[in-house]
Amino acid sequence: MTPELGFAATVAALVLAVYGSGAAALSGMRRRDDLRRSAERAAVGVFLLVTGCMLLLVWAFLTFDFSVRYVAFNTSLGTPFYYRITALWGALEGSIILWTFMLSVYTLIVIARYRRTQPQLYPWVLAVMLGLSAFFLLVMTVPAPPFQRLSPVPADGRGLNPLLEDSGMITHPVALYLGFTGFTVPFAFAMAALIVGRTGEEWITITRRWTIVAWYFLSLGLLIGGWWSYHVLGWGGYWAWDPVENAAFMPWLTGTAFLHSVMIQERRRMLKLWNLTLIILTFSLTLFGTFLTRSGIIGSVHAFSQGSVGQFFLAFLALVVLGAFSLLAWRLDRLKGQGELDSILSRESAFLLNNLFLVAAAFTVFFGTVFPLLSEAVKGTKVSVGAPFFNLVNIPIFLTLIFLMGVGPLIAWRRASAENLRRNFLKPVVIGVAAAAVCRLLGVGNALVLLCLGLVAFVAATIVMDFARAVRARRRTGDGWLDATWGLALRQNRRYGGFVVHLGILVLAVGVAGSQAWSTQTEVTLARGESAQIAGYTLRFDGLHGEEESNHAKVVGTFAVSDARGPYTVLTPAKKFYPQEQTPIAAVDYRLGFLEDLYLVLGEFARDGSHATIKVQVNRMVSWLWMGGLVLTLGAALAILPEPRRKPAPARAGQPATA
Amino acid sequence: MTRKRRFLIGGLVIVAALAYLIYAGVSQSVVYFVTPSELGAAPVAGKSYRLGGMVVPGTLRWDAKSLDLRFTLSDGQASVPVRHRGTPPDLFAENRGAVVEGTWSRDGYFQASTILAKHSEEYKAPHDGSQAGYRELLKTLRGEGKP
Repeated sequence: MTPELGFAATVAALVLAVYGSGAAALSGMRRRDDLRRSAERAAVGVFLLVTGCMLLLVWAFLTFDFSVRYVAFNTSLGTPFYYRITALWGALEGSIILWTFMLSVYTLIVIARYRRTQPQLYPWVLAVMLGLSAFFLLVMTVPAPPFQRLSPVPADGRGLNPLLEDSGMITHPVALYLGFTGFTVPFAFAMAALIVGRTGEEWITITRRWTIVAWYFLSLGLLIGGWWSYHVLGWGGYWAWDPVENAAFMPWLTGTAFLHSVMIQERRRMLKLWNLTLIILTFSLTLFGTFLTRSGIIGSVHAFSQGSVGQFFLAFLALVVLGAFSLLAWRLDRLKGQGELDSILSRESAFLLNNLFLVAAAFTVFFGTVFPLLSEAVKGTKVSVGAPFFNLVNIPIFLTLIFLMGVGPLIAWRRASAENLRRNFLKPVVIGVAAAAVCRLLGVGNALVLLCLGLVAFVAATIVMDFARAVRARRRTGDGWLDATWGLALRQNRRYGGFVVHLGILVLAVGVAGSQAWSTQTEVTLARGESAQIAGYTLRFDGLHGEEESNHAKVVGTFAVSDARGPYTVLTPAKKFYPQEQTPIAAVDYRLGFLEDLYLVLGEFARDGSHATIKVQVNRMVSWLWMGGLVLTLGAALAILPEPRRKPAPARAGQPATA
Repeated sequence: MTRKRRFLIGGLVIVAALAYLIYAGVSQSVVYFVTPSELGAAPVAGKSYRLGGMVVPGTLRWDAKSLDLRFTLSDGQASVPVRHRGTPPDLFAENRGAVVEGTWSRDGYFQASTILAKHSEEYKAPHDGSQAGYRELLKTLRGEGKP
């Protein structure tokens, strides 16, 4: 019964979404209020039906309804309770439901917020969002139906992919999809602005906070993905330049560019065409990522099973790109910017460079990801470029971006005077150089790491100095320290939220540089009772034992670790054996630390437990990635607080910046 | 107008630098997918390859103490000796398909930096070592390169 019910709900939602999208568009053209209300009711209907689908599938998972193919393939009687819920998005069909559900929630929020306040743009926004929902519902109906019936009904299911039985899998897809779908709102407003012909700053001002939210969730999704990769996949890294990671990273890069370039349009009325291009690109890249990873044209550790989903996404991607850029071409005459670049030493040009480099980074990631396809098509040779390519090309780009991160927010609009430059940057440059010198004396030999640390110190100094200056100014008006600090952060929350996000990125950058340069890895075979000394730790192998879990068995090694100060910890890396998997899966064990993590992976072992091979990794500074993520969260939260009402003053040359 | 031109030239310089960066990146890190026959025909020392084949029965040696791993990969026509330092991955065994990444050593063997062994069902290797079946194997293994 469940499969039929779910399928019926999907088809009904599809019909409603198509109707609603058409009705909303017609109401935009003809200004018909009855049609608009009808479209809104259709959107509510879509939301209810998709929610129903999702709950139905969760119910099927909880009750082990193996007549649903998706349930039988992604769970088994032994799957623990909470993973039976998260198994919902454990494979392609379910993640499409999650995506559609989030889209329908966002559509409702858009209805509630903008129905009255944006009478002109709103019907078209609704039309675009319902149109996108219709596409995802079509995917749920034809190429990837989550409610396919399985007969005969098996006694037990196949079980969830063991790698997904992890807390990271609960949050990672949710955050990532919140980010992906979040960008549909600015995209829908951009399209509406083009259709209506209101190509000014309106759509940007309206969607500013949406963009930050989408960007934040995408960042969070990437970071949680890194954490999952680090503590589940057992190879000791957090980022492998895998096609799926790249697929999520590309919209993050263009989204970051968009987040910055809209500020230029708000202040200087420049870059109208560029901003529209960026949001179209960002949104298209979220679809492209899904196409890339679901079509099977490029293999990946994360790839789900294939099918015709890829073709659907490719066709829809083509439709979106063609449609959006046609609209852009149609309105080209209205998209001439009003401002002009005055000087290379200005905030505008710093932001432009930031955009150029972010888009360049996105392009290199794109190029490296599709390079095997290009090469095979053009030259007929099978080649690939791996992590070395991405690292080599992106390190200079990201170092430049860090530098610009220090310059951009403080340099004056239009044309920076020598006084402006000296006041804002002299001390930070000195601090940056001094920091690099101190690190060199402390024994940091790697030139790239030194450069990175120096740049990080430079940018951190610009931020701290700017904030201190502003606090002092407020103190002069009689506020206490605490009042001055908080008042400032809240009064100019957008600016200081951005600064805190920048600080988070700096912490991340230190983590990336340190972990790449200083991590070590050793493999060693130990007999029971034997010890080995590795990177300042002494590891003693205390034997193997077996454990039986609800849905798998595991062989656990016990390693007593001590350091110079005595006993440190006991680590128990294991190998898990799932009946449905032929390959055992490594369960790593680690001890996280502020400066270094000790990370053990169990390798080959003798069946009698007499000896075992262990991979010992000392991963330095990796914790800084997660700390950077926390700082970033704080900053993003600060930036999306409602801004106190005030009109921004027109930008004047040489004025200290306040955007 | 001159100012606009200056910006344009500056932009072009940056774009050219990025293009060079990509070019250099590709030429330094490109990895060629080859079969034992292809590699045997024209091995170039120091070049990066991804080599796929079957582990020839009777050639697999692993010393747990020194972590020295040696075996021979074959596609039914040519065979290539491979050396690696580390633990053999799960499912790595004689008569199974494996893909190794590394470089050709001057001393006449393939020095592997990573070894990938694959599932016997989905990634079943051809028993007769025929080219067509072997291509299938390569195709399924290609891109599975992450540890």
